[in-house]
Amino acid sequence: MTPVLDWALPAALLMLALAMGCALIRLLKGPSAQDRVLALDCMYLSGMLVMLVLGLLYGSKNYFEAALLLALFSFVGSMAMAKFLLRGEVIE
Amino acid sequence: MTEAANTATAILPLWLEIIVAVLVLAGAALALLGSIGLLRLPTFFERVHAPSIIATLGCWLIMHGTVLYFSVADRSLALHALLIAVFVAITVPVMSIFLMRAALFRARQAGRNVPPSLSQPKAGVNTEVKDA
Repeated sequence: MTPVLDWALPAALLMLALAMGCALIRLLKGPSAQDRVLALDCMYLSGMLVMLVLGLLYGSKNYFEAALLLALFSFVGSMAMAKFLLRGEVIE
Repeated sequence: MTEAANTATAILPLWLEIIVAVLVLAGAALALLGSIGLLRLPTFFERVHAPSIIATLGCWLIMHGTVLYFSVADRSLALHALLIAVFVAITVPVMSIFLMRAALFRARQAGRNVPPSLSQPKAGVNTEVKDA
């Protein structure tokens, strides 16, 4: 029924999975701690885009909340880790 | 079976499907490009630029595809995905600046050749002189 989207959305999911794989390699072999934090944030953003594409694929708006939560956790987690790298403590 | 599974997609015109597919594919390709940059670039201060393209253009392209798709499928303006893009556009630069400041701080602590701190000129000059 949907000749274009049935082909395009799995291709987009495949590209996003490859993007998460690249970020995962950087997360595992990153030479410094800030590289790993950056790679984790990149993986969070790619996962958020995966949630949006899944919402398109299934025609459901329920994936929107998951994407919003992923964006929120990405911000809070990366901020806490950057603060820890900067000061040695998360909350002073 | 397919019509029953997603009735919302069955009523979409072809031009809208093509536009949504182009937007989503371009966003996913940009996400892949940013991640490859994160993987391939040599130093941290170069690598920190690469994933920004995911948070800006990649996220905005996929968000526009989502808004367009649900606006036509539900026959009402569905701007909820705009919330995510605005939130990401606000938070990701803040996080990047914090992470870059942390990386600069750690590079100064390790005595590497980075620009001195501007907020505490004496401390920055002292460490630079000691390192040189």
